[in-house]
Amino acid sequence: MTRELFLKEMEALQADVVRMATMAGEAIHASVEALRALDADWAERIVRDDDRIDALHLELEDRCMRLLARQQPMASDLRTIAAAFVITLDLERLADHAEGISKSVKRLAGQPHLKPLIDIPRMEELVQQMLRESMDAFLRRDTALAEAMAKRDDEVDALRSQVFRELLTYMLSDPRTIPRALELLLVAQNLERAADHITNIGERVIYMVTGELRELNV
Amino acid sequence: MPDAMPTEAAAAPGAAALIDHAAGIEAQDVHAWFDRHHVLHGASLAIAARQVTAIIGPSGCGKSTFLRCLNRMHELVPGARSRGRILLDGQDIYAPGVDPVLIRRRIGMVFQKPNPFPTMSVYDNAVAGLRLAGERDRRVLDETAERSLRAAALWDEVKDRLGRPGTSLSGGQQQRLCIARALAVSPEVLLMDEPASSLDPAATLRIEELARELAQHITIVIVTHNMQQAARVSDVTAFILNGEMIEVGTTDQIFTRPQDRRTEDYITGRFG
Repeated sequence: MTRELFLKEMEALQADVVRMATMAGEAIHASVEALRALDADWAERIVRDDDRIDALHLELEDRCMRLLARQQPMASDLRTIAAAFVITLDLERLADHAEGISKSVKRLAGQPHLKPLIDIPRMEELVQQMLRESMDAFLRRDTALAEAMAKRDDEVDALRSQVFRELLTYMLSDPRTIPRALELLLVAQNLERAADHITNIGERVIYMVTGELRELNV
Repeated sequence: MPDAMPTEAAAAPGAAALIDHAAGIEAQDVHAWFDRHHVLHGASLAIAARQVTAIIGPSGCGKSTFLRCLNRMHELVPGARSRGRILLDGQDIYAPGVDPVLIRRRIGMVFQKPNPFPTMSVYDNAVAGLRLAGERDRRVLDETAERSLRAAALWDEVKDRLGRPGTSLSGGQQQRLCIARALAVSPEVLLMDEPASSLDPAATLRIEELARELAQHITIVIVTHNMQQAARVSDVTAFILNGEMIEVGTTDQIFTRPQDRRTEDYITGRFG
């Protein structure tokens, strides 16, 4: 088979994109678990581990560049590398949002929970589901799955609005809750932005398969 | 993550059996003339063993001349001369008393137009170099023919027609036969002068794959006017312009961040 080396490098690139997604997803999950437990040490570890994900992002971008420079990829190979390029950036941002949540946890630790966590964990579950579906869609080149995944973003947005409204009532009724409420708003905001980034990944998967770049969930 | 992961080479077993030593070459301040025409101006290049080094540059820049200095082919042209040192494993191949025929066996070469000996069979072509060196033992010849044809990724296609004329093969096969012929004498270096220029795209890619596989065992230097080929196939790339060695670097670096403006202009197609 000709171009064996190139094909192996393409496979390795795609596998490593999924590996990066797993790392970012685990960071998001850990950050919300750390929030549940109000565990500042755990949160600190998540913040430090973000460096590994940043490094992987740079490595994958570098590999994309080198494949473009050296292998003259065409057609779907070219779109795959271009998609991988952008997807790794979205994954790096995803991990940044886990870091953001963890920083909120560090600020919340040492105080009791303002309220039971219901919507925030629900948002996190949706983010994980979207991430899994985005990576399945990427590996299987499944545009229908990418579109279905992107629709869940509406649910995440709705939950974020709900969290805002609820926390607003807390803050209005008792100003002493404001610091904790604001942190929880930030957490919800981070999760909503995480879902947006995953929706971007879905757009890139569709581009990779069809060559058409369009916004999902306008 | 290495940028060129050695593949499990299908051809490599034959090559491993043939090659026991790969050498590096160092060219120091090489000048060359055709009569009074000064075509190389102090070109230097260190070529590492067991790597693919590509030499690129526009037509007429001197890259083929440089290549032919590496195995003392340049001096075969009437009126041609050269100056400078070419160290094969640290020994100057131009030193007095050095046998150029021996050099050309240790540093083999394949050319742009495949040139199997027209009157000889596939088998005879493969072992031509060995016979020329005086080998008569049938077993050694048979064994070497198979190893070299395997190493050139040609064995499966010709094993049932070793007696057919070398010229009965396709262009790509003929070129691989020439590579087998060069490998049969266990060279330390293989020079390839535009080896795929006269081949179709599929045959070209096969030659490139072969060059990469062989580089696990032997030093490969390839001159090519096709810079995409250099980008695909080589570990190190050297750029020659108007007889001068302009820039040498890892292929990654040359094709993503060339240091010299002229290198950048050439590889981005600003001139050529």
